[in-house]
Amino acid sequence: MKLTGAQILMEVLKEEGVDTIFGFPGGVIIDVFDELAKTDIKHILVRHEQGAVHAADGYARASGRVGVCLVTSGPGATNTVTGIATAYMDSIPLVIFTGQVPTQLIGNDAFQEVDIVGITRPCTKHNYLVKRTEDLAGIVKEAFIIAASGRPGPVLIDLPKDVSNTKITYKAPKKINLKSYKPTYNPNMNQLHKAVKLIKNARKPIIFAGGGVVLSGGSKELTELAHKTRIPVTCSLMGLGAFPGTDPLCLGMIGMHGTYRANMSSGDCDLIIAAGVRFDDRVTGKTDTFAPNAKIVHIDIDPTSIRKNIPVAVPVVGDCKITLGYLNRLLDKEALGDLETKRKKWLDQINQWKKTKPLEYKQKNIIKPQYVVEKLYELTKGEAIITTEVGQNQMWAAQYYHFKKPNRFITSGGLGCMGFGLPAAIGAQVAFPNKLVVDIAGDGSIQMNIQEMATAMQYSLPVKVVILNNQYLGMVRQWQELFYEKRYAATGMEHAPDFVKLAEAYGAIGLRATKPEEVEPVLIKGLASPKTVIMDFAVEREECVYPMVPAGAPITEMLLV
Amino acid sequence: MTEQKHILSILVDNQPGVLSRIAGLFSGRGYNIESLSVAATMDPLVSRITMITIADTQIVEQIIKQLHKLINVIKVYALTGTSYVQREMALIKVQAKPERRAEILRIVDIFRCKVVDVGQDHYTLEVTGDEGKMTAILNLLKPIGIKEIAKTGIIALFRESK
Repeated sequence: MKLTGAQILMEVLKEEGVDTIFGFPGGVIIDVFDELAKTDIKHILVRHEQGAVHAADGYARASGRVGVCLVTSGPGATNTVTGIATAYMDSIPLVIFTGQVPTQLIGNDAFQEVDIVGITRPCTKHNYLVKRTEDLAGIVKEAFIIAASGRPGPVLIDLPKDVSNTKITYKAPKKINLKSYKPTYNPNMNQLHKAVKLIKNARKPIIFAGGGVVLSGGSKELTELAHKTRIPVTCSLMGLGAFPGTDPLCLGMIGMHGTYRANMSSGDCDLIIAAGVRFDDRVTGKTDTFAPNAKIVHIDIDPTSIRKNIPVAVPVVGDCKITLGYLNRLLDKEALGDLETKRKKWLDQINQWKKTKPLEYKQKNIIKPQYVVEKLYELTKGEAIITTEVGQNQMWAAQYYHFKKPNRFITSGGLGCMGFGLPAAIGAQVAFPNKLVVDIAGDGSIQMNIQEMATAMQYSLPVKVVILNNQYLGMVRQWQELFYEKRYAATGMEHAPDFVKLAEAYGAIGLRATKPEEVEPVLIKGLASPKTVIMDFAVEREECVYPMVPAGAPITEMLLV
Repeated sequence: MTEQKHILSILVDNQPGVLSRIAGLFSGRGYNIESLSVAATMDPLVSRITMITIADTQIVEQIIKQLHKLINVIKVYALTGTSYVQREMALIKVQAKPERRAEILRIVDIFRCKVVDVGQDHYTLEVTGDEGKMTAILNLLKPIGIKEIAKTGIIALFRESK
C-alpha cells in the first residue's frame, strides 16, 4: 500500500488510540492537517500554540492519557516551548508534532525555519527530527512509548514537509525495541524490607506524597498504606488529591505555603516515607535544616530525583503504585502492634498544631479570595476538576479546595507558568465533556492566554473561569509588601479589561461580585450555566497567602496571618 | 565534600545530536567537562565518549544518573576507583634552534615519542601516555619553547580481570 507520510502518521495515531489533537495549522504542515480532517480524530483549533500544548497537558492530566499537539514550523514551533517546559517540569506525557521546512532546505534559514529540536532538547524527555518517510512510523511509536512510560514527559517530533508528502510503500512497524531505555518499575525488595523496619520503629512518621503517586495511579495503595500504619500524609502541590484532603490523617500541603501542621511535622518527624516527589526547593526551604531528625525513605521511578537535593536513608527506585503495593503486602505480614496507642502522642501533637494554627483569614466586609474558593468547594462538594493559573490564586486553590480524588487538581507546579489555567481547563473539558471544570484564575495570569476563550466558545466547552481580581500581580506584590518595603514595582494591573464585557464579547456569560454576599449567588448562577462563564470577583487587593516561608528559610519558620 | 577527577566512559547511539544532548546536560545543570573524546566503536551504530569531569561524589552520582536518563545513552562506566588503562596523545610543536636540537632529541628518546615533522626552527613531536607523562614532558619542553599544542583528551578502558 502506497501512503504519504501524512497518511502514515494518521495510521499510527489511530493505532495509538489518539482521539483528540490540539493544534494550529501553517504552511509546511498543511498536508498533515489535510489528512487529519479525513479521520475521526477530533481536532481542537486553539488561538495560540502555547494554548495547544497547555490544553493537551490539561487533557493528559485529567484523563491519564497522552496529550497530542500539531503545529507548524518556525513561530508555531517556538510558541510551544513554554507549554513543553511546563509539561516537562511536571512529568506530563505529551507528543508534540511540529512542521519543518523540507529536508533539503534545513539549515538554509528558510522561511519559518527554526531548529526546534535544538531549542527543545533541554525541555523534552526526548525529541526527533524525522529525515525519511520510512522512519516516521517507528519514530511515532517510540515517541508514544517514551512519553507515557517511566517518568512521563513531553516528546517532540519535527516533521519536514517532504517527509509528510512523500509516498512510500507502508508496512506497519514491527515491535519497537528501545535497547537503552528500560525504566525500573519493580522495586528492590531488600530496600523495601529496610523501609518496613524503619516504619515499625518510627515514633513520629509522616508520608509525603507527590505527583508521582497521581501519575502512577497509586492513590489507592497510598491510602491503604496510611490507614494500615496510621501515618499522617502531607502532599506536595503536585500530589494534592493523591490522598483524600478530607481524611483525618491528611496534613494538607507542605512547603512555602503549606499548612502549619504539615511544615511543623516535617521538622519534628523521625521518618519520612516520600513517594513520587523530588524535594523541590519550594518544599524543603533551606535544605540543611529540612527534617533534621528524620530518616527518609524515597520512592521514585526516576533515579535522578533521589539524592538530588536531600540525603536519603533508603532509596527505592520503582513505580509508586507498584512499590506502595509491595510495601503494603510486606506490612501485612508484620505485627504492627496497637497503632492507636502507639501513634496517639504524635497525632495529638499534630492536632494541636492544627487547632492552634489552622489555615485562616480575617473575614471583612470585602470579598476575601479564600472565601470565594471555600464557597466554590462547598458548592461543588469538592467534585469539580480545578485548574489554576499561577500565583496567589493557585495557592489559595491548593489550600482551600480539598481534593478527594487524584487527577482533579491541574496546576503548573514546577515551571509555575502563568496562562496555564484556561487552556488546561479546555483540555480537561474535552477529556470529560460532562464534568464541571473550573479555572481558578487571577486577573493577571488570565490575560496571558485569554484568547483561548474563543476556543472554548467554538467547541461549546462550558468551562467556568473564577477570577480572583485584586488588580495586582498578587504574589509578586506580596513579596514586595513583605520583603521590599511595599515598593510595588510593575505589579499594578489597574488597566485590565472589563471581564464581564470581555466574556460577552466572546459570546460567553460574564458575572461579577463586588460584595461578600454576592459571592454565593454569582457562583451558583455561574456553575449552573451550561455555557462558558467568566465570574469576576473583586477581592481584597492586598490580601496575602499565609502561611508563608520566606525563600531560603527553614520550612518550619513561617509567617502567619 | 571534596571534588575529585572522574573518568566516565559512555556508550551512546552514533547519531547526530547525541553529543549536543550530553554537552547540553552538562551546561544546563552546571557540571563541568574537563576533557572529551568521541569516536565510533567497532559497532558503527555505537560511539564511545570518554569524559573527564571534576565533581564531588554526590554530583558525580547525579551526573551518571542524568546521563542514563538520556534515551540515546546506552551505558555509562565510571572508571575512577576501578582498574583501568588511560592514554592521551599530544602533538607538540617545539622551537628547535640548532643549539637545542640535541637536547630535544634526547627528551624524545627518553619519553619514547616521535618526531613527526621537522622545519627550519621547529620539531613537531607526537607523545602518547598517561597524564603523568604528559605533564613531565611538557615541563621539560616549556623552557625550550612550545609554539603550539594539540591534545586528544584522555581515552580509557577497563582492565579485564585476569
